Formats: sequence, C-alpha cells, structure tokens
Amino acid sequence: MSQARRYLLRNQDIPDIDRIEVYEANQGYQALRQALGQNDPAALVDMVKASGLRGRGGAGFPTGVKWSFLPDDGRPRYLVVNSDEAEPGTFKDRELIEHNPHQLIEGMIISSYATRAREAYIYCRGEFRRGAEQLRRAVEEAYRRGYLGDNILDSGFSLDIKVYRGAGAYICGEESALLESLEGKRGNPRLKPPFPAVAGLYGMPTVVNNVETICNLPPLVLNGAAWYRTMGTEKSPGLKIMSVSGPVNRPGNYEIPLATPLRVLIDEYAGGMREQRGIKAVIPGGSSVPVLTADQLDTPLDYESVLAAGSMLGSGGCIVIDEHTCMVGVSARLLKFYREESCGKCTPCREGTYWMTDVLNRIEVGEGKPGDLELIADMADNIGGKVFCPLGDAALGVVVSAMQHFAEEFEVHIKEHACPMGARLYYDTVNY
Amino acid sequence: MKPHWETWAKEAKTEFPKANSALLPLLHRIQGEEGYLSSDTIADVAHLLDLAVPYVESVVSFYSLFYQRPTGRRIIHVCTGLSCALGGSDELMHRLEAKLGIQEGQTTPDGEYTLLEAECLAACDKAPVAQVNLRYRESVDLEAADELLKGEVES
Ligand SMILES: Cc1cc2nc3c(=O)[nH]c(=O)nc-3n(C[C@H](O)[C@H](O)[C@H](O)COP(=O)(O)O)c2cc1C
Ligand code: SF4
Ligand code: FES
Repeated sequence: MSQARRYLLRNQDIPDIDRIEVYEANQGYQALRQALGQNDPAALVDMVKASGLRGRGGAGFPTGVKWSFLPDDGRPRYLVVNSDEAEPGTFKDRELIEHNPHQLIEGMIISSYATRAREAYIYCRGEFRRGAEQLRRAVEEAYRRGYLGDNILDSGFSLDIKVYRGAGAYICGEESALLESLEGKRGNPRLKPPFPAVAGLYGMPTVVNNVETICNLPPLVLNGAAWYRTMGTEKSPGLKIMSVSGPVNRPGNYEIPLATPLRVLIDEYAGGMREQRGIKAVIPGGSSVPVLTADQLDTPLDYESVLAAGSMLGSGGCIVIDEHTCMVGVSARLLKFYREESCGKCTPCREGTYWMTDVLNRIEVGEGKPGDLELIADMADNIGGKVFCPLGDAALGVVVSAMQHFAEEFEVHIKEHACPMGARLYYDTVNY
Repeated sequence: MKPHWETWAKEAKTEFPKANSALLPLLHRIQGEEGYLSSDTIADVAHLLDLAVPYVESVVSFYSLFYQRPTGRRIIHVCTGLSCALGGSDELMHRLEAKLGIQEGQTTPDGEYTLLEAECLAACDKAPVAQVNLRYRESVDLEAADELLKGEVES
C-alpha cells in the first residue's frame, strides 16, 4: 500500500538520518529553534495539551496534563525518558533510538524547556548496546553543535542530557522502578502516591515519558496542535507506531493515524498473513493486554475503541496469532515471562506467576488435571488487584482472556491428555 | 582491585554524583573488563563507592545482565519470547545446546561460549532473534545457527 508521509519513522525514508548533518538537512533542530525563539515555555505545555498527545509507553496518559502536574516550588526538575522497552511484542523505541537518535534528543530539549528541567536522563535498556552507543554519540554531537550545554542557541536556556544503561530487568520499565534503578538500587517499584511529578528522581519533581511520546515533539512544534488533531479521534488524536510481529508477510514498525482499523494494519501495512493462514487471535498492545479474536479485526486502533473491544492499545506491540497456534502454549509462554520478570517484592505476583506457569505448562504437555482451569482462575483472582504494581495484573491479561474466548481449547488439552496442536510452544527452563 | 578502577569510580561519580547512581555504570564497566563480577570484585566496588558489600551484592543479583559466575568469551542470548517462539526460537536453542554440548545457562568448558535465554529483545519482527555479546543477530534459522558461533566478536 502507498504509505502516507511519515513523521516519526522518517528513518525509513531518509538514509543516514542518524547522522547529525543529515538530520539537520531534513529540518532537524528547526523545531528547537522555533520553540526557543518563541520564548514561552507555558505556551508549549498548552500546545501539547491542545494536541491531545497521550503517553505511548502503555498507559496513554495525556502528556501535557502530566507536565502540568509539576509543582511550582523552585526545586530542581528532571525529565527522564523511558527507553527500557521490554514488553513482549514491542520494538518501536529501539528503532527510534538506533536509527534516529537526534529526533529523541531534539524532543527532549523541547520538553525540558517546556517543563523547565535543567537535567535530563535517558534510561536505556541494558540489552540495547547499539542503542546506547547511538544515543551517546548523538548527545555528544548535540553538545558540539550547541544544542546542549549552557545557553543553548543563545536562548539563556541550559540543559544536560545523560545516558544511563539498565542491566536487564523488565520491571525497570515501570516508572518508579526505573527511578530506583537510576538511583543505583534494585529495581523495585515505589509506593504511589507520591507520583514522580511530585517526588521522582532524587526526590525531586520528575517527568517520566516514553521515547515515542517525546519523539512526537519536533513534528508537533513544526506543524502545530491542529495538524495533530487532523488524525485519529477526539480522545485519541495523532500518530501511533504499531509493532507488528507473528506470521504476517511484512512484520515491522508502522506509523498509523490512530483509529486505523486493526485489519488494515495487518492486511495492508503488514502485507497480510503468510500463506494466507487464518487469524485466531491478536494481542494488540503488548503482552500485557487481553487478546482480540478474529471477529474483532474491524476494531479501530485508538485507545477508546480497543478498550471497548475488551483489550487495550497499550504499547502498540501487535502480536498476530494464526489458527495453527495453541492458546495454552501462548498463555504459558507469556506467564513464564512474567514469572522471570516479577521483581519478587510481593507474594501474589512472585508465587502466583510461578504456579500459573507450572499449571499452564502441565496442561500444555497433556498432564493437566480436572480442576486445573478452576485453579488457574482462582490464582488469577488472587493476583488481580492484590499486587503492589501493575506487573502482576499485566501477567493476567492474555491468559484470562484466552481462557474466556478459547475455553474449549483449554478443556480439550485436559480431556485428551495432549495438546491437539502438538505442544510446539512448550518450552521451559528452570533457572529460578 | 585493579589500580585504574579508582579512576573509573571517580569518573562514574563525576557523571552521576547523586544517590548511588554511579553504581550501575561502574559495575558495567568493570564487568566489561572482567567478564563477570566475582565476590572480590563486588567487595572492591563497594569499597570504591563507599557502599556496604551486601548492598552491592543485592543490586548485582537483581539484574540479569550482571553475571556472578565466569562467562565465556561469547555470550549468546537466544530470545525465547512469544514472537520468537512462533518463529522457531526453541529449535534454535536446542540446536545450540546440542552443538555446544551444554544446557541453557551453562558455559562450555573451554570458556568460549555461554548460552543464555533472553526474554523479548525488542526485535520481534526479525524472529528468531539472538544476541552475541549484546550484538543483534536477526532471523537466525537453523542453518544460520552455526554462523552464530563463528566470526570475530567484541568483548
Ligand atoms: C511492568 C511495566 C513495564 C513498563 N515498561 C515500560 C517501558 O518499557 N517503556 C515505557 O515507556 N513505559 C513502560 N511502562 C509504563 C511506565 O510506567 C510509564 O507509564 C511511562 O514510561 C510513562 O510515559 P508516557 O506517559 O510517555 O507513556 C511500564 C509499566 C509497567 C507497569
Ligand atoms: S506486582 Fe510483581 S513486579 Fe510488581 S511489585 Fe509485586 S512482585 Fe514486584
Ligand atoms: S519475542 Fe524475541 S525479540 Fe520479541
């Protein structure tokens, strides 16, 4: 299909845009000049509010509103960019930092100016070796060109950006665990409130935003809030990057106007199913959200519509599952992820993900017992809403919805003492 | 304790002066040289940053990329996340286990390879995905598995 003009993934059109000369030759740092030239940080916050931009890290919280929560009490403020991307099925932030790091840095400078932060951090997932290298190089280049440091472009505004590497822990994507990690601690989530806006990094007012969220700032400043609202819906305006994986012809990252139907994303952007396989289910927003079924493919991909369909747009990690794939296996695989990544702070999550993985695995290999499905439902009940942070609840999204929509498939495993699809997805290691 | 670690500790504290923020960068840098963080190294780091040894130990043990046992010259992470599983990651892992004669989580006796499982590496469109010393190898089908084990690598 013909791709509309891209704003966030321009790296797919412009070779070498990761180099500062190429970035500058393509309007790079123009938005920054414009923002600083207007000399009105509050107007920038209002513009972001008016655009309706929502956080792309998963929760979809309105960005301008979040910024305006910072108390005006004279304490130093921080901007922290969340580049810990580790939600299974999501791979947009990695493309953004590896292939167009200056876009993020320009967005960070504008965001820091708007929120009056003088120091900003990028928390980069430990596994992203190249991503961290690209960011560090780009930060250095930006200093050399006078976009960072003291008195940026003679505006009187000063900012330092530091790149901080994580060390392997999904939970550090959760903003308060991220801040703990950035302070040199174990990545255990903090009790909220207080929220980071009030007491964040080093106890100071802090904005935590996702990479993609901040990458929206340069095009937003150049084109304006009204332009952003020409795409999407009233409550979900603008552009979203969807990461599509699974047996489609062209897996990859696609920039869509919000409210594009799921079917269009799969068939037109991602080239349809390989070998024209049928679709059994789609996880539309990363591993933490409930599955949609084949009869829900017309769901528009905006926050409200996906919620109304029983799932969430989340991070935009869209995993397509074909008709030959076992939903018990899918559930077991994802539960294993949450078991491995549970930080261990609270018992229902630490123990519950462990036992649920065990029971799902035994069902998958044909050793399930009558009552196992009730047992899983009971365990899910004991986790849902009873855990310290959202990871525990996130672990339930797929398994609970899969048991609802594909109950027979689960039952057959137990009755016939085997996976009708050959348990191809069974895999476990005991390293806990 | 190596003498230049003191310089590294100072640099980490200069870049990240607040709270214990210097800890992770220093651990990364020293592990990059040593391959892993022994209990002696952990004690050295604690000393360098004026932290309690059990504190540093507790931080190290939290993160999967900090290793407390010796690792091979090539650390191979095979992603076993859902999208990679749909693309054949389990067969890849089993092939590598058979080739290397070790199990996931182990290091070959000659100290050349460590084979580890990774959770989603954020490259699901290129399933199955692996990393060698954190450098991506994409669409690693069974034929390409042998290539994973060859070639020059950066530490
Ligand atoms: C378990 C867990 C993992 C998360 N991982 C990420 C992540 O990798 N990247 C991210 O931007 N947000 C992640 N989040 C959401 C963050 O807590 C936070 O809401 C987000 O960074 C805010 O940025 P935004 O408003 O721009 O979306 C995660 C949340 C939870 C509960
Ligand atoms: S819900 Fe899980 S990840 Fe969150 S604090 Fe509890 S144990 Fe840790
Ligand atoms: S599942 Fe392997 S990279 Fe995402």
